[in-house]
Amino acid sequence: MEAFLASVVSIAFHGLAYGMILYAISVGLSVTMGLMGFVNLAHGVFAMAGGYLMITAMNKLGLPWLPALVAACIVVALGSMVLERLLYSRLYSAGELEQVLFTIGLIFVAVAVARLAYGPLPLSAPLPDFMKGQTELAGRSFPSYRVVVILSSAVLIAVLWIGLERTRWGAMVRAAVDNRAMAQSVGINTGRLFTFTFALGSGLAALGGALGADLIAMTPTYPFEQLVYFLIVVSIGGLGTLRGPFLGALLIGIGDTACKYWVPQFGAFFVYAATMAILLWRPQGLLGRKA
Amino acid sequence: MFDAARIGYAGSARLRPIELAPWVLALLVYFLAPNYLPLGAYVVIIILFALSLDLILGYGGIVTLGHAAYFGFGAYAAGVFAIRVSGDPLLGLVVAAVAAGLLGFATGAVILRTHGLALLMLTLAIASIVFEIANKWTDVTGGADGLHSVPIQPVLGLFRFDMFGKTAFLYCLIVLAVGWWLVRTIVHSPFGVSLAGTRENDVRMHAIGAPVYWRRLWAYTISATLAGVAGGLLTQTTQFVGLSVLGFERSGELLVMLVLGGVRRIYGAFVGPLVFIVAQDYLAKQSPEYWTLGIGVLLIFIVRFARGGLLGLADRARAKLWGKKG
Amino acid sequence: MLETRALCKSFGALTVADNIEFGLAAGARHALIGPNGAGKTTFINMLTGRLEPTTGTIVLGGEDITRLAQAARVKRGLGRTFQINTLFKDLTVLDNVALGIAERLGVAGRLWRPASAYKTVRDEAMAQLESLGIGGDAAARVVDLPYGKQRLVEIAIALGLKPKVLLLDEPAAGVPSHESERILEVLDRLPAEIAILIIEHDMDLVFRFAQRITVLVQGQVLVEGTPDEIAADRRVHEVYLGEGHGHG
Repeated sequence: MEAFLASVVSIAFHGLAYGMILYAISVGLSVTMGLMGFVNLAHGVFAMAGGYLMITAMNKLGLPWLPALVAACIVVALGSMVLERLLYSRLYSAGELEQVLFTIGLIFVAVAVARLAYGPLPLSAPLPDFMKGQTELAGRSFPSYRVVVILSSAVLIAVLWIGLERTRWGAMVRAAVDNRAMAQSVGINTGRLFTFTFALGSGLAALGGALGADLIAMTPTYPFEQLVYFLIVVSIGGLGTLRGPFLGALLIGIGDTACKYWVPQFGAFFVYAATMAILLWRPQGLLGRKA
Repeated sequence: MFDAARIGYAGSARLRPIELAPWVLALLVYFLAPNYLPLGAYVVIIILFALSLDLILGYGGIVTLGHAAYFGFGAYAAGVFAIRVSGDPLLGLVVAAVAAGLLGFATGAVILRTHGLALLMLTLAIASIVFEIANKWTDVTGGADGLHSVPIQPVLGLFRFDMFGKTAFLYCLIVLAVGWWLVRTIVHSPFGVSLAGTRENDVRMHAIGAPVYWRRLWAYTISATLAGVAGGLLTQTTQFVGLSVLGFERSGELLVMLVLGGVRRIYGAFVGPLVFIVAQDYLAKQSPEYWTLGIGVLLIFIVRFARGGLLGLADRARAKLWGKKG
Repeated sequence: MLETRALCKSFGALTVADNIEFGLAAGARHALIGPNGAGKTTFINMLTGRLEPTTGTIVLGGEDITRLAQAARVKRGLGRTFQINTLFKDLTVLDNVALGIAERLGVAGRLWRPASAYKTVRDEAMAQLESLGIGGDAAARVVDLPYGKQRLVEIAIALGLKPKVLLLDEPAAGVPSHESERILEVLDRLPAEIAILIIEHDMDLVFRFAQRITVLVQGQVLVEGTPDEIAADRRVHEVYLGEGHGHG
């Protein structure tokens, strides 16, 4: 019994850390997909870029952990703005197939560049001392790294949620997600809104990728391998919301960890099956709005 | 579009001479380039796979990232059947077809109730589930190692699979011919026009009393069956089946090939895989990273400038050269 | 022919259709008018089955069709056109009309012979197009046609279903004035035995075409009567005509 409880706590803890990372990466995808109606399969590219750039900043430029993390996120956010203005924005009114093809093409390019720049093997980010080792909480010890992940993600989420509720930007996003044509006719510059939100979402993905580099390994095929998870989180959560992917990320994070621990012979099977069940019951996602 | 006026109630289903070109080319390869027969058989198999995708994607307008599920399911079905029951290739193909068709019908029945992102996700989820099952059910599928030395008996008891790949090539070619004739017939039939209608305007189709869901489901099932046959062919001609027949990468790669050739024109499914696989065979060996990079850039280029793929470009070139007589 | 009894539709607290009692006789020429947002298209959507009413019944030819799916209603003789062109853009004009005819004749699901072998379908589609004056455009793709002709294709598709009841949602909407005369002619020449309900904002068209008019305001039937009665009704003037909305 004692051992079972211990494993439940352990699974909840590790699942929570994994879920938080999934959320940080996927929330940007949810908002931009709800906002622009654009199927961005390449979202994982920004997460991968965050992780790799942070590693470069630390190893090649000698930056300490936190500045490297921040620098990586900013670079990715700026880069994504360029991509959005140059390429993405021309496809907003294009069909689903075009969007799928374009973003798959982006993934291919990113994967090739990553392999050329960093080699095919997984890389890890050197952690600062305070994140190595264990932390004592309520009489149990947990890996400090994951504690930091959970806490910093919680702060991030709080900031984001307040931002969406309280700021003018948040109000515009909510309006445009609700009814784009109406938002334009009341004077909201949707072009700039999209660019800014896209950059924010990509920056957050970079943050998730870099912060979670020890949870989800940095390899050149990262965007391919993790794509399913990000899409699952977003689609079962519901597009265009902040809370939706949070629920989705927690479900997947804890669910996947639990399954891999208790029934490893089934692997990720239950996650996929659960996804199918949820999407068939509510195609708009658990917290999404019916079309 | 090139085909718009020829398909449909005022069109013509008669074979044009240029439609014989692929078969002439194939026979030329058979007689003049026997070293390339194994690669040629692979191209033929992927063409059949691409045709099956074009039916639902190009003509039916159903965007799927999981079509490899049916290809792989058929491949494994043929492999398991050959190992455990009988190595007869035609029987094996029937098994692959039925297995993939049933899976297609069952999954299609469920996912075709949705559309847009939910549908796309579900196709991914299905492909991932099939992959996971193949990965973990090692007793049956061999897991990550796959199934080796799949036995194969002579076709109809007469034509042995030789080591030069001659029998394999002709075998695949004949199966492709049947599949091609089937797809061509469907596309020209009233069913095909109706399928085009569901693609063009779902709402209108309901408003004329069409059973949209069932039309799509039948198209999806037929497409899955053909994909399964292609998968079975691959297992039989290589005597191996492994995880590479499944998964997002296989589905994505097929999508690239089809788009490269040109969607919704039957022969795009011929041109795309041919060009892609030949180029891949040559270039990817030189440098896999630059190959991947090139594919990515190519895709972005196609989406921005050449939506109709290679055949679309050929149309434009022809229109410029000879006036609008295309 | 077509009746609704106590038809209601609410989305939560918002009522878009309130106790609509409506009747359409065979061969009727009936118009439904009302200010924007009155619920006219919602009403049509309920009649065709795109939208499910909250309460009430819809009866077609004596049969209760309230719970029937769209396709089934079409088979029972209910056809409609859409306010915004809802056509098969990439297909030819002929195929657009032929699709509906093939459905009606039950051959649309056939797999083995090419569509071009079904000459009856093609001939009927051509005849339909010619009767509307667009026979010459049969081989053109719909997306290449001017909007006014597309509107005619919209009507042709509906007529191809040989409906007993035809619901026309703003047939002249978006059509430039030099092309709208053609639409009016077409409406005049529609087969006499079809019961026709037309939603329109263009008052010239309404008064020229309709034998009876129903005025819908905020989901409720304000008044129903002959064109003369409606034109003289003060309430209608206040709500609708008096605001100077003479033309759509």
